Amino acid sequence: MLTQIAYALPFLAQGFALTLWVSLLVVVFSLIAGVIMGVGLVYGPIPLQWAVRIFSDTIRGIPILVLIFFVYYGLPAVGLHLPSFWAAVLALTLFKTAQVVEYLRGAVGSIPRGQSEAAMAIGLTFRQRLAYVIFPQAFRRFLPPWINGVTDAVKGSALVSLLGITDLMQAINQVIGRTYEAMPLYILGALIYFAVNYALSLASRRLERRFSFIRE
Amino acid sequence: MGYALNFNLIWRHFDKLWGGLLLSLELAVISIAIGIVIGLVLAVWYVSAGRIVRTIIAAYVEFIRNVPLILLVYLVFYGLPTVVDIAYSAPTSFVVTLSLYSGAYLVEVFRSGLEAVPRGQLDAGKAIGLTPWQRLLNVRLPTMLRITLPALSNTFISLFKDTSVASVISVPELTYGAQWINFNTFRIVEVYLVVTAMYLVTGYIMLFALRLVERRFRAAR
Repeated sequence: MLTQIAYALPFLAQGFALTLWVSLLVVVFSLIAGVIMGVGLVYGPIPLQWAVRIFSDTIRGIPILVLIFFVYYGLPAVGLHLPSFWAAVLALTLFKTAQVVEYLRGAVGSIPRGQSEAAMAIGLTFRQRLAYVIFPQAFRRFLPPWINGVTDAVKGSALVSLLGITDLMQAINQVIGRTYEAMPLYILGALIYFAVNYALSLASRRLERRFSFIRE
Repeated sequence: MGYALNFNLIWRHFDKLWGGLLLSLELAVISIAIGIVIGLVLAVWYVSAGRIVRTIIAAYVEFIRNVPLILLVYLVFYGLPTVVDIAYSAPTSFVVTLSLYSGAYLVEVFRSGLEAVPRGQLDAGKAIGLTPWQRLLNVRLPTMLRITLPALSNTFISLFKDTSVASVISVPELTYGAQWINFNTFRIVEVYLVVTAMYLVTGYIMLFALRLVERRFRAAR
């Protein structure tokens, strides 16, 4: 049993690398898109606010699995052919973007109005207000939940195995298909996911404690 | 491009989606009910327990929360029967998984609620001569529930959405119904639009109902 699993380790490591790669891409893309849309939600004109609100509420209102299938099977149907890897990244990015929008809204919303007004009073432009006054303060409230939310990207990435992408989850299933050692391999997989995500949530908790001196 | 929407085939097979939605709700309700029991018992135990018990409960909570649900579903359905002599249907296996899963999330919610109950209330309970059981049932739990209701609502709705993972072990719930129509009629965009709407509407009805409960209990401050 152990020799079979040891034999499969390099294959599992490849899957794990893919899991990390998908998660990294999703985290980076969603951070960019989410911050832009979040600023649109807080400061944008009313129609933009509505658009972002509808986007975020819809995405957060459906299971990630449905979103993944919708993107994966739906895009080719309307004539857009993406490789399954990128369809998966796109779907997970949409899901994660909606989360980032909410983290940003919460973080920016927690900064007292007076800060904005004071910045306006000393003649800062909108961009300067964001860059020098709002974002540096909001950052400390944004970071802990955001890091904790990265675990959702890693966990969500396990669903891409359903699209035939050989991530860690799929690699485990394939090795089980060959060795019939279901339980040891599932436990091994669970421990790998646990190690990554637990490290992330510990980092989040530590940052939260470190930033907890900020009170209104 | 140039995809013409045609919902006829979706309506013809709508029973798959409607039956799927009902099964999703059933899975969610049963699992959440069991999860509430697990969560309450472990949370109450946790706050009064010693170090060892606390570590064990924390290990359960952290393990479940940091592993993808799909892996847990596979583990319980395909893995467990290879080492223990049990046999269960896919829906039962999923209920077992989601109950353990929701239990872990609910322990966290209840535990933070219990810790947020003001000390003064417990002292007051002691002062008027309530027994420890009475203090728990009549002071601690009601106050804790009121504090945790908003977080509970979110957890319930998110657990309802998690039932979609049951489709990976062929439990014919809503997402499975969507895939069935996807593969058999190829009205792909239509079926996912309809299913998105069904998840959204159900989620919002749940949210609305839970908000009503919250408002009902908030008044009693």
